[in-house]
Amino acid sequence: MAGPMKMRATLASGYTDVRVLMTHPMATEQQTKGQPHFIQNLEVKVNGKTVIEGQISQAVSRNPVFSFRLKGGAKGDKIEVSWLDNKGDTNKTETAVA
Amino acid sequence: MMQRRGLLKAAGALLLAGLLKPFAALAAWNKEAFASKSSADAMKSLGSPSAEASGGIVIEAPQIAENGAVVPIEVTSKIPGTTSIAVLVEKNPYPLVAKFDFTEGALPFVKINAKMGETSDVRVVATAGGKHYQATKEIKVTIGGCGG
Repeated sequence: MAGPMKMRATLASGYTDVRVLMTHPMATEQQTKGQPHFIQNLEVKVNGKTVIEGQISQAVSRNPVFSFRLKGGAKGDKIEVSWLDNKGDTNKTETAVA
Repeated sequence: MMQRRGLLKAAGALLLAGLLKPFAALAAWNKEAFASKSSADAMKSLGSPSAEASGGIVIEAPQIAENGAVVPIEVTSKIPGTTSIAVLVEKNPYPLVAKFDFTEGALPFVKINAKMGETSDVRVVATAGGKHYQATKEIKVTIGGCGG
């Protein structure tokens, strides 16, 4: 099931550094005898606007951690990250740029 | 709700699609590319059958990964106008690991943790201005990370 997510967004020089952790088994075909369970889509939004769309496979590690860099940015910008897995589970988290 | 529907009709779905788009409408998961068993097939399915070698793609990853279950791979594209980055592990059962599309608000950079079954080249394909570029880096794996 959709476990907790953690996210941190901080201003760096000229960009915003976003790190996000998703709690997910990311189980491969080999581990599950053909019943893989993994995140397929993820989306990063800044103040409601989509800036990154990702498609990922079962070869992403368990409890995935991603880093992204967003152009510019300002303190208080709202960052939202959501995911959808191959069984229809979904989760999202949001944070303000610190 | 009614108001929103009216607005949608009036303004055209395009304007609001970005804000209201539910997950169902996300760029669909490229099943064909992810099910490809060779990186050449995966690249074909991604629409980038051939790619020019480029020094503008920087792959930061350990030379030797002790644990194939978690191999950090950091990719930066210095190619101007990069709109997407795909990461493939050549010798994994399904080479395509991830593909990211970037709009103007994001830098063409991503760091992921990937599973690697064995020592393999990691291939990164970046798309900029409709052209495809690639770079590879070998990562040695001491304990594979795809099975148990």
